[in-house]
Amino acid sequence: MRLTLHVWRQQGPNDQGRLERYEANDVSEHMSFLEMLDVINERLTEDGEEPIAFEHDCREGICGSCGMMINGVPHGPKTMTTACQLHMRSFKDGDEIWIEPWRATAFPVIKDLVVDRSGFDRIIQSGGYVSVRTGSAPDGNAIPIPKEDADAAFDAATCIGCGACVAACPNASAMLFTSAKVAHLGLVPQGQTERWDRVRGMVETHDDEGFGNCTNHGACQEACPKGISLDYIAQLNRDLIKATLKAKPVGAGKDA
Amino acid sequence: MELHSNIPSGPIADKWDKHRFDMKLVNPANKRKYDVIIVGTGLAGASAAATMSELGYNVKVFTYHDSPRRAHSIAAQGGINAAKNYQGDGDSVFRLFYDTVKGGDFRSREANVYRLAQLSVNIIDQAVAQGVPFAREYGGLLANRSFGGAQVSRTFYARGQTGQQLLLGAYQALERQIHDGSVEISTRHEMMDVIVVDGVARGIVTRDMVSGTIQSFTADAVVLATGGYSNVFFLSTNAKYCNVTATWRAARRGAGFANPCYTQIHPTCIPPSGDYQSKLTLMSESLRNDGRIWVPKHKDDARGARDIPEDERDYYLERFYPSFGNLSPRDIASRRAKEMVDSGHGVGEMKNGVYLDFNDAIGRLGQDAVSERYGNLFAMYEKITGENPYETPMRIYPAPHYTMGGLWVDYDLMTNVPGLFAIGEANFSDHGANRLGASALMQGLADGYFVVPLTIGNYLARITKNPIPTDHAAVKDTEAEVKSRLDKLMSVNGSRTVDSFHIELGRLMWNACGMERSKEGLEDALRRIPQLREEFWRDVRVPGSASNLNQSLEKAGRVADFMEFAEVMCHDALTRDESCGAHYRVEHVTEDGEARRDDENFAHASVWEFNGVGEAPSLHKEDLVFDNVQLSTRSYK
Repeated sequence: MRLTLHVWRQQGPNDQGRLERYEANDVSEHMSFLEMLDVINERLTEDGEEPIAFEHDCREGICGSCGMMINGVPHGPKTMTTACQLHMRSFKDGDEIWIEPWRATAFPVIKDLVVDRSGFDRIIQSGGYVSVRTGSAPDGNAIPIPKEDADAAFDAATCIGCGACVAACPNASAMLFTSAKVAHLGLVPQGQTERWDRVRGMVETHDDEGFGNCTNHGACQEACPKGISLDYIAQLNRDLIKATLKAKPVGAGKDA
Repeated sequence: MELHSNIPSGPIADKWDKHRFDMKLVNPANKRKYDVIIVGTGLAGASAAATMSELGYNVKVFTYHDSPRRAHSIAAQGGINAAKNYQGDGDSVFRLFYDTVKGGDFRSREANVYRLAQLSVNIIDQAVAQGVPFAREYGGLLANRSFGGAQVSRTFYARGQTGQQLLLGAYQALERQIHDGSVEISTRHEMMDVIVVDGVARGIVTRDMVSGTIQSFTADAVVLATGGYSNVFFLSTNAKYCNVTATWRAARRGAGFANPCYTQIHPTCIPPSGDYQSKLTLMSESLRNDGRIWVPKHKDDARGARDIPEDERDYYLERFYPSFGNLSPRDIASRRAKEMVDSGHGVGEMKNGVYLDFNDAIGRLGQDAVSERYGNLFAMYEKITGENPYETPMRIYPAPHYTMGGLWVDYDLMTNVPGLFAIGEANFSDHGANRLGASALMQGLADGYFVVPLTIGNYLARITKNPIPTDHAAVKDTEAEVKSRLDKLMSVNGSRTVDSFHIELGRLMWNACGMERSKEGLEDALRRIPQLREEFWRDVRVPGSASNLNQSLEKAGRVADFMEFAEVMCHDALTRDESCGAHYRVEHVTEDGEARRDDENFAHASVWEFNGVGEAPSLHKEDLVFDNVQLSTRSYK
């Protein structure tokens, strides 16, 4: 099939950026979306132009590297599918496709379709872990976890950190990402000790990084290639309220 | 090159304990005086970085990704082995050790494998304590499943995303240490070379992939956790960025590269669909439990699978191996599939696959039961191919998947270059000539959480602290070499893209040094690789500039290293004049067409010393001694 692409090109953070038009001929329906871009890039290189920069790695929908707005939708038209797993059979001959980077203040563009998502790492740094020194763990079966809880924790932990939720959100909020980690660790007994500090710390960093507030649009859930549920944001909000009430005055001990 | 494996004396079960007592320790107050560089943030790198910083070392960690969580460990599906014996089915440390040595076709180092089996139990405890959501039974205890090459259920898993969950556990531990300020991380930094001063590893040179800045970092020790080299074949199940650069650069600086020809081919991947194919996707091997593999009896049969009557189908694995049938080991299933495709029986538009058919299973168990077992895999298959495997059989074909070879290391996981360590898939130590399923995650985490954080102390406690300034001559020379190589890549300005060279090298390697190797094919490859390399340096085109984000330049550097490395791989495959594990020389097969080992002449690790580009590398040997297992021959008839 033949397609017309409009691709965001931006040399660097200080470049204004613009959409460039490319004709893609001989696109096979079996190609993945990224392979279609590979073919364009091979041609651009042969023509002496700079290829389109985009992030990708595993191309199996698990590393979370790839991500781009395809016709205004994060990862394109297929639900529960990352851009790398999207195949050209989802398009038809003659289609025009607009390809842009994630748009969010907290995700500044580095080049073309590549953005800086390091804010996600800093949110995790603020509490997205269980503090357990290597070697200090009890036996794996010492604490049974109801299967239901373990399964629910897994559902939250399956987040790949791609940033589609932020790109989809009209407020560019990263609450779905943040809540997925808060919920994962809040659902298992190992995560209880740090539960209240975790949610406070992660939400504080989330806000400091310039991500917007959640106003329950639900666009994040629709865009999420792993089907992370909006319910986790509700869970986060409940935890955050409890954590705020539980917050101790500075210097107070256990009984304060 | 001198190779001292430094295996502790004494009974195998006591070696690690004894070694831990004999090792020199760095006292807690002194640990912060030592700088350690870790390259790579997959399971091995992230777990090592987190643990070493907990111990008090000053850790600097580097990744070429935007975040440590992207490392390719994340893509591991199946599970992680551990000798917990939670099922009470007779598992033990010794059994896991034995299975691993046997699975590796008796080409691994006993002492290392035993330690791996011992540490496997600690890994599960550690991961559970981090909150890793492993699969559980209704009673709340950890669930297990069985995996190829074992007769006990010892594999722990988190649906089909075990690698992801374990990596996130290690990543979170690492992020915690970064937050505490005890680990300094440089993301989007690619290691370009190792700095060796007076024969000792003292740092690395990196390229900032956003600004293009070349910078040196010095330290008291360097740990490479940079994964495997399956992408030498271009098409593999590895992530696109996976490459040999870090380990190859170390090899060029004097580190021995062991057993590069041991590369594992996975039998059940989705075949390529066209010339644009960028990578291959693995479908879990568990599918072979219920799927039947077949090809049409007639060559070039153009009918659809369902139109081919039963008596015109060749269920070749069931025919060749009546007792193991569709569950024959990975290497055997792979080779037979290639044989079928090569002889014109391939299926699909490109005639490059074999059928994996679930029709009988659906008839026997019902569609719901099949969907319960394999639903997510069927959905993934449909996403990629657009075909519904409930209606038409899957098409599968083998693909490169894992590399057992890697930098030679001693019992402490240190290479022959003092101060340079290699962990995880980057080293050669534990899997011999073939890795068992669910053992890669185990090894990466054993090395990173439990081995190298201790053994590095044994090295650091013995050296005299002697800081290297970043304007030291050796540092400046290495930096200059890196820069001149990048300049050279940028200035060729030829006519061919980097990928076109990578694809050509990949095809050449797949044909000569892939599933089957022959003397003739390898000798031919050894003639052609230097020609291709010469053409690369004469005609490659790298657009853009070296002073900002340039993905073509990144690829070019990696492909240039593959061009040199491929030659050593072929030398190794040619010199290893036997078949063992995944290394299958057509000259050495049994009457049944199986691999024929030659224990008398080849029970050693082959360690290659770099002598210059285009020069034949020198072979060194580490003899493998088997005191605890009896060497035997596999049979799956």
